[in-house]
Amino acid sequence: MAVVYRRSKGLTDAQTHYCPGCTHGVAHKLVAEAMEELDIIGTTVGIAPVGCSVFAYDYFACDMQEAAHGRAPAVATGIKRAHPDLAVFTYQGDGDLAAIGTAEIVHAAMRGEKITTIFINNAIYGMTGGQMAPTTLVGQTATTAPLGRQQEHYGSPIRMAELLSTLDGCVYAERVTLTDVPNILKAKKAIKKAFELQLSGAGFTFVEILSTCPTNWGLTPLDAIGWLKEHMIPYFPLGVYADRMEERRHDA
Amino acid sequence: MAKELWKGNEAVAEAAIRAGCRFFFGYPITPQNEIPEYFSRHLPEHGGCFLQAESEIAAINMTYGAAGSGVRVMTSSSSPGISLKQEGITYIAGAELPVVIVNMMRGGPGLGNIAPSQSDYFQATRGGGNGDYRTVVLAPSTIQEAADLTQEAFDIADVYRIPVLVLADGLIGQMMEAIEWRSPKPRSLPPKDWATDGSRGKRGHNVVNSLYIETEDCTALNRKLQQKHELITKNEIRYEEFMTRDAEVLFVSYGTTARVAHAAVLKLRKDGVKAGLFRPITLWPFPEAALRACAQQTNVKAVVTAEMSMGQMLDDVKIAVNGAKPVRFVGTGGGTIPTPAELMDEAQKAIEEVWNHGRRIPALQRAN
Ligand SMILES: Cc1ncc(C[n+]2csc(CCOP(=O)(O)OP(=O)(O)O)c2C)c(N)n1
Ligand code: SF4
Ligand SMILES: [Mg+2]
Repeated sequence: MAVVYRRSKGLTDAQTHYCPGCTHGVAHKLVAEAMEELDIIGTTVGIAPVGCSVFAYDYFACDMQEAAHGRAPAVATGIKRAHPDLAVFTYQGDGDLAAIGTAEIVHAAMRGEKITTIFINNAIYGMTGGQMAPTTLVGQTATTAPLGRQQEHYGSPIRMAELLSTLDGCVYAERVTLTDVPNILKAKKAIKKAFELQLSGAGFTFVEILSTCPTNWGLTPLDAIGWLKEHMIPYFPLGVYADRMEERRHDA
Repeated sequence: MAKELWKGNEAVAEAAIRAGCRFFFGYPITPQNEIPEYFSRHLPEHGGCFLQAESEIAAINMTYGAAGSGVRVMTSSSSPGISLKQEGITYIAGAELPVVIVNMMRGGPGLGNIAPSQSDYFQATRGGGNGDYRTVVLAPSTIQEAADLTQEAFDIADVYRIPVLVLADGLIGQMMEAIEWRSPKPRSLPPKDWATDGSRGKRGHNVVNSLYIETEDCTALNRKLQQKHELITKNEIRYEEFMTRDAEVLFVSYGTTARVAHAAVLKLRKDGVKAGLFRPITLWPFPEAALRACAQQTNVKAVVTAEMSMGQMLDDVKIAVNGAKPVRFVGTGGGTIPTPAELMDEAQKAIEEVWNHGRRIPALQRAN
């Protein structure tokens, strides 16, 4: 019988703990498939964040380290500088990357650290129960913003792909989402490209994935996808924000 | 081997390189800047990597990552920077990674100043980060010892998979002394088969982690760490005694202050007062039993703890002496180094107190 689908070798057999309809699982699958297709599972080290994806170290089949909240890019830097031959990636949520770990991500990008960062933007602190994130939309409610995020109090949400794309060391930054099959395929392509650029030694590579948190948004998985399309994509437009290797190719 | 003149900070960095450390992550702060500067000049020659991080928090986490991937790695800082590293240090302890951290202490609290101090003793020996963990704390009092202990720190870290702190101060960091390069006695080091250096299809995936979500698992980790701490306490305690056999007044001091106490002992002896010095070299594990035995000698009438703090090691000295003899304290905070005369005064007071003014110490030499 022909095998039409199987679990990626980039994943362990562990059952994930994610809520039904959470897109963290889809993102894991894409990273795992990218590693498998590039044949780098045995030469990759991943860094799990503090957040809902903290147990990613049990799910990815490559070597893994678990970092303190927000410090994954620093941990990745230590590994990559010690082992330039390894592929190193961080997998981080928006609280992890865009709040407590802002300094670490900005400076890893500035240095052109040859790592890949997978950024799960679900506009909320999932793990701790739905508190406001730096990416929470204006008006969006959170347990610490019961009336919705107020701009005069908290400003507007941070757009990380755009911000990091201003740094020369960031050779690739793209924002994707997982709302349907075409977008999932685009996301996969972006992740694979990021790893390929890292392996070629180009510099820092960044894939922001607009994701859902049905549990803390208080929506069904399907409604969560709808909410993401309606509210998140207009504020966080999908697309490529930096592709410096492509630019260099054009310049040459 | 011929003696060479070395500045403390540079000797520490060179010692690390001699110990096989090829990776250093740090952030500038006085009075330890010569350490990162030395690494930045010399690590590339050895095929290693020096990286100036964006903060001490980033530096310690880079150190965590590199240590987790199996290489010898070090970070250094001074007091305020070491405060920032506490998060990383507790993760390193929890994940059981071998890391060497140097603290060239300066005056505090807060921004304090850049003068030598010993006021991070509590932070170093009690653990400034969260959770039940220990760091081995080595306290050199000469540049020679700083060079020796820094080399050995890497072996201790590897053998026990534990963070090792070299705790010195701005004076040790900035001073120059003649030293001789020598290697620590070789130890058999366990293989780093837990490191995340790529499974290469030859083993399962390795995980470096300090999260144990099931309480039984976290309790088991704590028990394992405790057993390790007990083993270190059994094997690694170090101290030095100077003129303690017949001492009536026993100073207890470490690092820079032990140098001052050493001078005070010699001056007191000249004046006919039998003084001695007990110098802990490992601050954790603290040489508790050895100090107790020393203080319990019938000749010892009083113990005087001298520190460049407002009384931190004092707690450990009191625990060790356990009420057997009166324990006094002399010390200074905020970056002042006490003079031998101050220590001699305290010794005199101690003896007066014990003998209830029965015998006065002959005229003390105040010059220092
Ligand atoms: C130093 C520290 N501060 C706070 C926390 C608590 N904490 C755990 S996860 C988290 C937020 C995670 O949110 P995010 O990064 O968006 O990930 P998500 O769960 O949404 O995937 C926080 C604040 C912690 N573990 N450590
Ligand atoms: S809380 Fe949200 S982000 Fe976390 S697993 Fe559940 S749905 Fe996913
Ligand atoms: Mg989130």
